[in-house]
Amino acid sequence: MSDVKYSKEHEWLKLDGDIATIGITKHATEMLGDIVFAELPEKGSIVEKDGTAGVVESTKAASDVYTPISGEVIDANQAIVEDPSKINADPEGEAWFFKLKIKDIKELDTLMNKDEYDKFAKESSQ
Amino acid sequence: MKKKTSLYNLHKKHNAKLVEFAGYEMPIQYKDGIIQEHKFTRSNCGIFDVSHMGQLFIYGKENLTKDLENIFPIDLKKLNLNQSKYSFLMDENACIYDDLIITKISEGYLIILNAACKEDDLRIIKKKLNNKYDLQLKEDLSLIALQGPEAKNILERKVEGVSKLKFMNGGNFKFSDITIFITRSGYTGEDGFEISIKNNYAEKFVEEMLSNGSKMIGLGARDTLRMEAGLCLYGNDIDKNTTPIEANLKWAISKNRIDTDYPGSEIIKKQIQSGVEKIRVGIKPENRVIARGNTKIFSNDDKEIGKITSGTFGPSVDHSIAMGYVHKQYSNLNTRLFLEVRGKKIPANVCNLPFYKKNYAKGELNV
Repeated sequence: MSDVKYSKEHEWLKLDGDIATIGITKHATEMLGDIVFAELPEKGSIVEKDGTAGVVESTKAASDVYTPISGEVIDANQAIVEDPSKINADPEGEAWFFKLKIKDIKELDTLMNKDEYDKFAKESSQ
Repeated sequence: MKKKTSLYNLHKKHNAKLVEFAGYEMPIQYKDGIIQEHKFTRSNCGIFDVSHMGQLFIYGKENLTKDLENIFPIDLKKLNLNQSKYSFLMDENACIYDDLIITKISEGYLIILNAACKEDDLRIIKKKLNNKYDLQLKEDLSLIALQGPEAKNILERKVEGVSKLKFMNGGNFKFSDITIFITRSGYTGEDGFEISIKNNYAEKFVEEMLSNGSKMIGLGARDTLRMEAGLCLYGNDIDKNTTPIEANLKWAISKNRIDTDYPGSEIIKKQIQSGVEKIRVGIKPENRVIARGNTKIFSNDDKEIGKITSGTFGPSVDHSIAMGYVHKQYSNLNTRLFLEVRGKKIPANVCNLPFYKKNYAKGELNV
């Protein structure tokens, strides 16, 4: 799908008008291992591009989740907080993290498309 | 140059994710991942490569027993042939250099040491024994742990008689055309065995256990299993800044050694009599947040009172679990604490160890 973009921090972003749905990539979940804890930004909070917007923890370590673009958080997926194993099961579908009302659509230009990301992920894991 | 165990190729074949641990390239997990590996060990039988650990053989007769009692705080004279005990190597201040398992064997003693400490331990023990005995840290032996409720059945099929061993006892057994040394012990809170076997037979042995239904388990699950079982990891929960009494391991000091001499004996005696300032406790956060090592612990009135030493998510207890040291006055069961994680104070409670208690008929959760 052409409207999905990816960041170097291994987040994906799906665009629907001026609303972006954001989550972490399958590649990220494979690197992290079993995720056992997720923390999401609060509804109504303002997040800045490349800033921290949540945390995931695997049995091994904690990792920050960054937002690939700026905006206002309009929804957060409580289902993954209640059952973090959903993130490993379906990271790029059911287990989205949060939705943003996009502040500046131009910020999307800095992100990668799927082919670019796949190549990036392959190279960065070597 | 990272060292490899004799099972390195087998780890690769089973798609292990390899990490460096104490100078060895070791599997942290295989393709099923830590949670599945953890649960498989609790319900079936996991195989762990622990060949990085030191296997120190000390050869000698009665004098050796006496000389070793000057080093370790246990009653070695009472140890039966092939019986094992948990103990410590300590300095004069009763601080822990290493924790270990010592087993009486017919030629002397076998001591299992932590990988990161084994070379230092050898040097220290050799010096304390005044070079009087032959000490060998064997590099030609592998160490394999088989853990879980099915371990005894799986191992018995290939090694006859092994299921009759009692906990913390061992013996020599036949495998293929060689003799292997097996003890009934482990580090997971499960029934299980540790097998000392020649390097060139290790892979064959593991393959046979795999074909009988057990699975390879990595160091990641070994860590979550031992934490649920409330067991200490050297370097995290005990180290050169803690004594066995502070670590709440008083049970491992033999009662009739309390008034006798060994390194740190005066301090141990004093701490048993008049108590300690800090003590290791089990801690359960009230939500899913994980408090890892070095997390600061605060009291109900916001005083900093200690530090977490290990913390993870316990897959079998389905809860975040931790252990750490707190000032003695905050160590009572159900004392409310706060753990500072990413700037937030997470409510938690002092709880009993272990988090997971095995009842040999069926598993019992202590949460």
